[in-house]
Amino acid sequence: MTSLTLSSPQDTIPRKPWSARLSTQQVWGLALLTPYMLVFLAFVVYPVCYGLWLARHPASYVALYHDPIFARAAVNTLIFLIIGINFKMLIALFLSGFFVNTRTWIKWLSVLFILPWAVPSIPTILSVRFMFNPEWGMVNNLIFRFTGEDGPNWLNDPTIALTMAIGMHIWKSLPFWTLILITGRLAIPDDQFEAAEVDGASPWQKFRYVTWPSMRTLYLTCTLLSMIWTLGDFNSVYLLTGGGPADLTHVLATLGIRYLRLDQLDLSMAAIVCALPLVLPLVYVMMKRLSR
Amino acid sequence: MRMPTLREVGVEARLLLIGIPVFIWTMLPLYHLFLFAISPKQDAFAGKLWPDHPTLHNFGIVFGQKHYFLRDFWAQFWNSTVIALSVGVLTLVIATAAAFAISRLRVRGGRLVMNLALFTYFIPAAFLAVPMYRTMGNYGLLNNHWSLILAMVTIASPYAIWVLKQASDKLPVELDEAAIMDGATTPQLFRLVYLPLMLPSLVAVGAYAVLLAWNEYLYAFLLLSKDTEITLPVALGNFLAADDSPWELLMTTGLIYALPPAAMYYAFKRYMVGGLTAGAVKS
Repeated sequence: MTSLTLSSPQDTIPRKPWSARLSTQQVWGLALLTPYMLVFLAFVVYPVCYGLWLARHPASYVALYHDPIFARAAVNTLIFLIIGINFKMLIALFLSGFFVNTRTWIKWLSVLFILPWAVPSIPTILSVRFMFNPEWGMVNNLIFRFTGEDGPNWLNDPTIALTMAIGMHIWKSLPFWTLILITGRLAIPDDQFEAAEVDGASPWQKFRYVTWPSMRTLYLTCTLLSMIWTLGDFNSVYLLTGGGPADLTHVLATLGIRYLRLDQLDLSMAAIVCALPLVLPLVYVMMKRLSR
Repeated sequence: MRMPTLREVGVEARLLLIGIPVFIWTMLPLYHLFLFAISPKQDAFAGKLWPDHPTLHNFGIVFGQKHYFLRDFWAQFWNSTVIALSVGVLTLVIATAAAFAISRLRVRGGRLVMNLALFTYFIPAAFLAVPMYRTMGNYGLLNNHWSLILAMVTIASPYAIWVLKQASDKLPVELDEAAIMDGATTPQLFRLVYLPLMLPSLVAVGAYAVLLAWNEYLYAFLLLSKDTEITLPVALGNFLAADDSPWELLMTTGLIYALPPAAMYYAFKRYMVGGLTAGAVKS
């Protein structure tokens, strides 16, 4: 049969059926996913499996259980989570109400307010660390000038040091959460507030019956996400207190690194594995919320 | 001009009562950093709120590398820059490809990849640090810039993919259909339709990855150790270990290190706030 000679391929070959086009698309799609899958396999799957393999000996967990520093770190982590996060999120909620104000000076303040989040942790944490140095720091210098007494040895008292690490964490992450909550507030339609105004609602009633119902889901999601990130906050503790004094201010995120530095790799992994029952349910809830 | 009423004055006073503490709380550590950078050594340690003789001398020492601790300042600055930019570029390439495949090509298994990426995003990076350190050792990448670059790409990609996927889902499907009708191949669809429309999100994600890598301390100090190979934050951390740290120089270096990300943040603020708030929390 010669009747099907082709003058030019484009003219006579029928368009590929839709399914064939789809499959070239699928091939392209798979090819484009490959780089990320390679990164994921090499630097997430392999390390996690390897880490779990390192942490496989029950003896490590027994040793961990008998190390008082581990118990202390676990308690510190809970204090960090319960006090730190609720404090931070409530302030963020409050400040988001302050910053939606359109006065010029508040606009300018909001521009400065973002700075802690925009600059890297290490210079500012070191700055605070030196500000509270008992001998030369600015804070104790001022205390001495005004009262004639020596100020406290801030970072040498575990309670004060932990409080300051929580403060540092709040200083650093407050702007971000305030920003998110401002976005949430701005998404509430104005007419709801106007209606409340007409009904003669007080500012508290406006918050209670208009703002809060619209913000509740966002606030809860933020709190959950903030919990996960706070669990992983290494810098605030490590750079401010170094886990000291006497290793009493460690949290789970710094404890793993402490064991690593002491060359106790199995303990290091075991400490991290112990944090998983706290992390995984949170991650699960967050994924459920976000992949909807 | 109209005299403000008593009520207006009261409202303003209450706002100031919030605004002033917020201002002091926000600026104090940054001001302290700045104060040390412009103070001669003796003023810095006297606990003054403003130096008697403000000076740029400290900057001269840092830029001229005229101190034992600062021998490699420019090399470290360069390392930070190269690593941050590499992470930005690599993350953009990997994440854009993945987001395009998941959102526009609707590749089979795309949803699974998305969920894996989200899962990675939520695992705190500090918990991945120890296994990552060992892994880089096994791959023979320790003390090599690639170890830090790849680690940061791993950490930055999931969020990048997620933000880009969200943005990409919002583009109308009709655009793709029209382009395909006109005979566009998949690469053409990507280059001529997809990339131009995604530009604002790409800027946000690129800036995010660069800042993440520039600011990273934990991974940098675990994965790199040679003085000429480390990044600026690691060099700053090393100051801490010494007994006779020149604090005014440490603060000056810290200030120099903190300026590029702050500048970058303000330059891309519009994109970043949009991208981050859209991506970070969807309720």
